[in-house]
Amino acid sequence: MFNWFSQIFALIQFNLRTIWQRKGSSAAALFGIAGVVAVLVGVLSIAQGFSAVMNASGKPDTALILRSGADTEMMSGLSRETTRIIADTEGIARSTEGALASAELFVIINLPKRSTGTDANVPLRGVEPMAFSVRSDVNIIQGRPFEWGRNEVIVGSGAVREFEGLELGGRIPVGKEEWTVVGIFEANGGISESEIWTDASVLQPAFRRGNSFQAVYVKIETPESFQDFKDRLTTDPRLNVKVIRQDDYYADQSTAITGLITGLGTLIAGLMGIGAVFGALNTMYSAVSSRTREIATLRALGFGNGPIVISVMVEALVLALIGGAIGAGLAYVAFDGFRAATMNWQSFSQVAFAFDVTPGLLVRGIFYAAIIGLVGGLFPAIRAARMPVAAALREG
Amino acid sequence: MSVNDNGTLVKVDAATKYFKRGSEEIHVLEKLDMQVPEGEFLALMGPSGSGKSTLLNLIGGLDRPTSGSVTVAGERIDRLSRQKLAAWRARHVGLVFQFYNLLPVLTAERNVELPLLLTHLSRAERKKHVDAALDVVGLSHRKTHYPKTLSGGEQQRVGIARGIVSDPTLLLADEPTGDLDRKSGDEVLDLLKALNKDHNKTIIMVTHDPHAALRSTRTLYLNEGKLSTEPAE
Ligand SMILES: Nc1ncnc2c1ncn2[C@@H]1O[C@H](COP(=O)(O)OP(=O)(O)OP(=O)(O)O)[C@@H](O)[C@H]1O
Ligand SMILES: [Mg+2]
Repeated sequence: MFNWFSQIFALIQFNLRTIWQRKGSSAAALFGIAGVVAVLVGVLSIAQGFSAVMNASGKPDTALILRSGADTEMMSGLSRETTRIIADTEGIARSTEGALASAELFVIINLPKRSTGTDANVPLRGVEPMAFSVRSDVNIIQGRPFEWGRNEVIVGSGAVREFEGLELGGRIPVGKEEWTVVGIFEANGGISESEIWTDASVLQPAFRRGNSFQAVYVKIETPESFQDFKDRLTTDPRLNVKVIRQDDYYADQSTAITGLITGLGTLIAGLMGIGAVFGALNTMYSAVSSRTREIATLRALGFGNGPIVISVMVEALVLALIGGAIGAGLAYVAFDGFRAATMNWQSFSQVAFAFDVTPGLLVRGIFYAAIIGLVGGLFPAIRAARMPVAAALREG
Repeated sequence: MSVNDNGTLVKVDAATKYFKRGSEEIHVLEKLDMQVPEGEFLALMGPSGSGKSTLLNLIGGLDRPTSGSVTVAGERIDRLSRQKLAAWRARHVGLVFQFYNLLPVLTAERNVELPLLLTHLSRAERKKHVDAALDVVGLSHRKTHYPKTLSGGEQQRVGIARGIVSDPTLLLADEPTGDLDRKSGDEVLDLLKALNKDHNKTIIMVTHDPHAALRSTRTLYLNEGKLSTEPAE
């Protein structure tokens, strides 16, 4: 067809100007789509934020050693003897003070959540002095480190936000005693920020753990030497342990929950999306029928079906994209950085994280809106093109 | 354009048109014959519902007869596919409607330009044709006005400019003055008359108004599916 683009352009211009004349119905479709996109982006930003925490938690040159058969620290147990053998194994990075290995204890205590006032699980980790060298991203932002051998704790910034009584100088009940919060730390957004740390040798008697631990965290010489290090430990006849890279460990923990959130979010957005498609369909049908005479006139003049179909689709697409942009913007304003905590099902304790509305999610939301618009516009567009010209002219 | 020996531009042969409304069949045209020579200004009259618009639609390729044939400029248009028919209309037919049928969101000149978007013409050539057409209808000074800022008579003159801008073989007007007062109606009729006389446009005009029919070179009356040269009693 000749001057195809001029035709389409004239029709699109015609269609877009009439959007305004149907403010009510256009706005309904627009906000329907905006709502869907906001929900989709919002939910996915939860998964995004959660996995961001988990991904920030692990380093490829850090490994953790658990008892063989244990999938999490909670389920693991290692004797003092075992942790010593591990710390002496070749392949661990060293500083002047010795091998970068920290035998740790991992227990759960109950504290009231700020948001609801009800108790929830908080991980309390007992560490050895090397813990701060193994996890070099942990740094105290307020107060000071706990003193070894004393009933003092430092608290991750995420835990401070989520739970009551964890401010500097706060006191937390541990067994029959109360321990003092002397410092607050950050860990580059990692999961440690949801934890409370103290001296392992102080924690052992408080929880009647004798001289046992649950995991050893080590920094290996290089990320590439992991396999050698692992083989050395797993083939040592004195040991019965498993060795996991820290990043794999947290990635594993996060896949279940991010998978669930993503699945749920996609399902909800999918159902809402079906609703929005009908909204868009309805709007576009009424847009087409309110224009029966104009479309019939154009067809009478000899305009082809292609440009008419495309122009109606473009109109639906424009509506959807505006709606999508509004929805994505809403999601960004409302959710980005929104703080929350959720259960980490592997440790049954709370992980603090922030919703993370990334550019990728925004694009995804707007893309979804575009699909809703195109599906909603297709059938009305076909109807517009199919109308018998003579009959349509009579109706107008 | 190809016209046969005796100068006939439009030839309708035994055209029958039925409409189905539910189970009921409405017989509008019955084996109707009609010939329109090139250069004629034909007025088509008849009672409401007699099928004037239906006949005009058949001639303009907006609809197809149930049986019989329609030949325009030597081409059988009743056999063309919908798509071919659309392209044929764009090339051969100018349409003028009772209610003007301008696109409200386009200016007068953009409305007039619409049929040219279906041609090979460049933007500059289109502009030249649009200006010429608006000049013929005396509305050069209202080019950039939107339809709603124009009077009914002016809108219809824009409609006529759109009808002639692509220099069609045939100009079809369905009650072009039906929605106008006497004075504006007369202006529109004068314009059609001039197009016929000075530009040798073949025009078929449906009208209810005997006064309008007076401007034509011939008047036919449609009644009960048949054409005659005399009004029915
Ligand atoms: N698309 C259609 N479907 C069904 N019936 C139709 C259709 N088009 C026309 N008709 C019927 O055909 C008959 C003739 O209609 P038409 O519009 O041709 O009459 P007309 O002479 O132009 O009338 P008017 O002077 O009122 O415009 C009418 O009874 C009308 O209802
Ligand atoms: Mg009619």
